[in-house]
Amino acid sequence: MAGSRMRSPLGRAIGLGSAKEGVDHWWAQRITALALVPLVVWFVISVVELAGSGADLPVLAAWVGYPLPAVLLILLLVATFYHSALGLQVVIEDWVAVEGLRLGLIIVTKLAAILLAVLGIFAVVKISFTG
Amino acid sequence: MTPDPRPLSPHLQIYRWQLTSVLSILHRFSGIALSAGTLLLVWWLVAAATGPRSYAGVQHFLGSWLGRILLFGWSIALYYHLCNGLRHLWWDSGRGLELPQVYAGGWMVLAATVVLTVVTWIIAVAHWSV
Repeated sequence: MAGSRMRSPLGRAIGLGSAKEGVDHWWAQRITALALVPLVVWFVISVVELAGSGADLPVLAAWVGYPLPAVLLILLLVATFYHSALGLQVVIEDWVAVEGLRLGLIIVTKLAAILLAVLGIFAVVKISFTG
Repeated sequence: MTPDPRPLSPHLQIYRWQLTSVLSILHRFSGIALSAGTLLLVWWLVAAATGPRSYAGVQHFLGSWLGRILLFGWSIALYYHLCNGLRHLWWDSGRGLELPQVYAGGWMVLAATVVLTVVTWIIAVAHWSV
């Protein structure tokens, strides 16, 4: 392995090198960003249209009742909260120096992202199936 | 303890503002703002799934001055983060990294943010008043 030859024996023994997760984080941030480009444009156009028709609950429910808007809303929620959790993690890692607080905030951020994503997805499914 | 007389690098208050650093900071701040804004999106969806009364509550809030200001701010943050995010993806492909291109892209992002926000709200307000 080229990577292990680049490290000193002391560095390898202490084991404080990269956690090997940076590349996955980087790629996930970019792929969710790419997915969000069309999803966000679609969402903004849809919301402006909904607002134009009064944004009444029956109108919204009829719209979410169609398969394509419901699925795109769910994908929007997944990509948004994934992207947001990754971004907030970087902000916390940059700005919070205290190790315990940093880890705690990252865990809270990720759990909150999962909670909000599941709440949103459940709401979309419920509106879609029951009107 | 006597302070170390080493020279210090200038910090944010002293350093001259540049387009590049301001846009970088705005990207982060708009990302944080949009993360907070997801609460509004989820509240809207959950209220719609709960029933007419809770949905009326959200709609009332979104129609209020505070709600409109939040939506307007949300749209600016969204368009800025979207456009500057595309700029970041372009850089990630290894392109546009020369200084004149970085500045040109930065001004383009700001112009696109203003145009998209204004056009969106003109269309939205024109729709509402019908």
